Amino acid sequence: MFDTLSDRLGQTIKKLRGQGRLTEDNIKDTLREVRMALLEADVALPVVKQLIDAVREKALGQEVIGSLSPGQALIKVVNDELVNVMGENAVPLNLATQPPAVILMAGLQGAGKTTTVGKLAKYLKEREKKKVMVVSCDVYRPAAIKQLQTVATGVEATFFESQVDQQPVAIAEAALAAAKKQFVDVLLVDTAGRLAIDTEMMAEIKQLHSALTPIETLFVVDSMTGQDAANTAAAFGEALPLTGVVLTKTDGDARGGAALSVRVITGKPIKFIGSGEKSDALETFYPDRIASRILGMGDVVSLVEEVTAKVDHDKAEKFAKKMQKGRAFDLNDLKEQLEQMASMGGMAAMMDKLPGMANIPEAAKAQVNDKQFVHMIALVNSMTPQERRFPAILKGSRKKRIAAGAGLQVQDVNKLLKQHQQMSRMMKKMKGGGMKKMMRGLQGKMPPGMGGPGGMPGM
Amino acid sequence: MIASRVNHVIRGSLAAVGLFSFLKRQKDRRASDGASEITSDAATAAQTSVEIRADTADTQLVEASVEPPPEHGIDAGVEVGLEAGLGKTRSRFRDNLLNFLLGDKPIDEDLLEELESQLIMADVGVVATRKIMSSLGASVARSEVGDSAALGKALRRELLALLKPVEVPLEIPDQSGPFVILVVGVNGSGKTTTIGKLARQMTEGGLSVMLAAGDTFRAAAVEQLETWGARNKVPVVAQGSGADSASVIFDAMQSAKARGIDVLIADTAGRLHTQANLMDELAKVKRVLSKLDPTAPHETLIVLDGGTGQNALAQAQQFHDAIGLTGMAVTKLDGTAKGGVVFAIAESLGLPIRFIGVGEGVFDLQVFEAEPFIDALVDVGAPVDVA
Ligand SMILES: Nc1nc2c(ncn2[C@@H]2O[C@H](COP(=O)(O)OP(=O)(O)OP(=O)(O)O)[C@@H](O)[C@H]2O)c(=O)[nH]1
Ligand SMILES: Nc1nc2c(ncn2[C@@H]2O[C@H](COP(=O)(O)OP(=O)(O)OP(=O)(O)O)[C@@H](O)[C@H]2O)c(=O)[nH]1
Ligand SMILES: [Mg+2]
Ligand SMILES: [Mg+2]
Repeated sequence: MFDTLSDRLGQTIKKLRGQGRLTEDNIKDTLREVRMALLEADVALPVVKQLIDAVREKALGQEVIGSLSPGQALIKVVNDELVNVMGENAVPLNLATQPPAVILMAGLQGAGKTTTVGKLAKYLKEREKKKVMVVSCDVYRPAAIKQLQTVATGVEATFFESQVDQQPVAIAEAALAAAKKQFVDVLLVDTAGRLAIDTEMMAEIKQLHSALTPIETLFVVDSMTGQDAANTAAAFGEALPLTGVVLTKTDGDARGGAALSVRVITGKPIKFIGSGEKSDALETFYPDRIASRILGMGDVVSLVEEVTAKVDHDKAEKFAKKMQKGRAFDLNDLKEQLEQMASMGGMAAMMDKLPGMANIPEAAKAQVNDKQFVHMIALVNSMTPQERRFPAILKGSRKKRIAAGAGLQVQDVNKLLKQHQQMSRMMKKMKGGGMKKMMRGLQGKMPPGMGGPGGMPGM
Repeated sequence: MIASRVNHVIRGSLAAVGLFSFLKRQKDRRASDGASEITSDAATAAQTSVEIRADTADTQLVEASVEPPPEHGIDAGVEVGLEAGLGKTRSRFRDNLLNFLLGDKPIDEDLLEELESQLIMADVGVVATRKIMSSLGASVARSEVGDSAALGKALRRELLALLKPVEVPLEIPDQSGPFVILVVGVNGSGKTTTIGKLARQMTEGGLSVMLAAGDTFRAAAVEQLETWGARNKVPVVAQGSGADSASVIFDAMQSAKARGIDVLIADTAGRLHTQANLMDELAKVKRVLSKLDPTAPHETLIVLDGGTGQNALAQAQQFHDAIGLTGMAVTKLDGTAKGGVVFAIAESLGLPIRFIGVGEGVFDLQVFEAEPFIDALVDVGAPVDVA
């Protein structure tokens, strides 16, 4: 379902290519396009506004690196901001409590609560080896209790019986008592669908919450939801201390903007996605993957990759030229690469992309983390131009001075020199056809249509 | 099928003010011998292989125990239910668009932008909103529109021009065989509930109704429909869960024909429009129905969740491509969702909007009317605070 959003954003951003330097006006136009794309993907307007503001703010302050056009730099800001909003890590269910751990489901009518209870029961039983009980507090929807019973039977979870003439809170209390008595690990509580503006029903679910003190209160939302996701998420988030979100029906082709809306408005992590009607169609939600799914498989990340690859390409060509002229790879070159990497964000992501870096032994790579980047750059900065060009002259006293200048230790200088040596050895190997071959290798990693012959001439 | 006969226009909102009575009179004959009809129902049921569960005995059972305390207290009778439903729409109308536009503020970019935001937040969609705004902008430029009040009127005109053509109520002609309504849509959109409400409207209008439990997939879908059948005292044709949907509906059609039922409403399992095999299954249902009556189904109604965003357009389009839709019902408009995506659907498919759902109760179904729908569309409440 997320591909369409990618496509849409991809097209938008493609338009940026081939433009010269973007003026503020150009950024405005581009941002409007991004705004439209997000809205078409059903991201709620207030969320879109917030996102665009953040992007604008970050973009306007940003230095444009290398051969990137300002528009291309903007792509990266949009990408980063989306990743930032969706969060970075998967957040698992929290069951760390005196059993039974209670999970309360809440959401609009027809969102998929009852189905999700069945899926979660199966997941907890099979993957987490938990003893699971389910109960329905839905005394309103015709055959809702029967539906849960059927679902529970299907996944072989204990079903706690309830009747339509009972009070939901009474049902919940009885189920909780039974769960304790039967040493159940997890009690899943299904509730009736309700509108956020139905004050009576919202009061009821608050009562259910206080009767159960659930460790997880999951807001279930249909991924096809439009702008109303914002209102609803806000209202449920206000009424209940939500702990997470389940995004259902992602097996369709909805663009899934509701995922962004609900994430931003509740501030709660999306813990699972529903991807079908059957009881095994439940997937852990990995925000980083989804961010890259929203942007990922489609063109946007490709474009960002293209952008970074383009930088790599320009630099690589420069290096290649240098080396063909017989010039050595010096510390200035190293610094340039380091700066490039630092300015492009995370180390790990960038490492493989940069020419030369891909060939560095894993062990050497492992020594480098983002903080070390800054250190290494600082070290080079405190060297004289001569030292940078001829690292061989670096002996004890110079090393001491350089380390002190960067606020670091002599051993840090040694590490830097070792890394430089490794790299320059590799660069030498690549002299001649080596570089070209390597660039071709890099090209192979890029998505089709991006780094192809038309996209990057001369490679 | 004789053209001169009065068509039975199903008008829910009219029932509240007693205008349904003329329909009742048309059907009085049938209504009055209802008792004997039920008896013969039982006989028919015994003869067919199909299980007919909501016959006399079941109905009584339902009245005694099965019927849940329904619809969150909106059960104090027809008038109250419908009034409450209409009230919902009307109060939204009063609070929103008009208040916002009635002042004579000068038209500036802020005002237009605010209007645009309102349309977007009502799920009208970017493309449709742009179109609406640009023709509004043209009116402003031609100085036909001078202040915000005039702008409000102009917007209303624009919107009405888009929706009025699809304000086509469902009419049940007096025909020889049963009028068959096939109800389809994505998961959880409100199909079964809408059928329950529809059955009530039809019986109130003096028509005899039968339901077919064509959702043989989802857990307790049959029981859900049976409860609605019992509530309305109409028979429900069902086979076990897992049965072939087309064969259930086929059986129901045979039974409805045999018993001289006026309206057969067939439920189907929710399915995403992207699931080709499930769309084929619907095509099969249609084929099977047309074997018993080449003109059936007479109405293929898609039920759309009013909270759905732009995906609704793909839903309508793909269901239409697969089985040919003739009408639409938009549900869950009693909440904060506005259902603005119907503008885009109206434009691309011209699909008549028959009903709107405004609650979970049996009376919470209204005949679609473009004007109150539009007036409820634009909300000027403070936008949601984004933390
Ligand atoms: N395709 C698909 N269908 C789903 C998914 N999750 C739920 N459904 C379907 O959506 C419909 C509604 O699901 P329910 O579990 O009944 O929803 P609910 O929130 O319990 O509904 P109420 O109790 O009426 O508020 C059913 O047809 C489910 O089979 C999903 O991830 N994918
Ligand atoms: N508030 C409100 N709820 C509605 C309305 N129509 C249906 N619902 C609720 O939405 C939920 C799903 O309705 P169903 O009728 O089961 O939907 P369905 O399309 O038959 O679902 P599946 O058969 O699972 O695909 C139920 O909780 C209904 O009570 C409406 O107009 N307003
Ligand atoms: Mg449910
Ligand atoms: Mg149904």
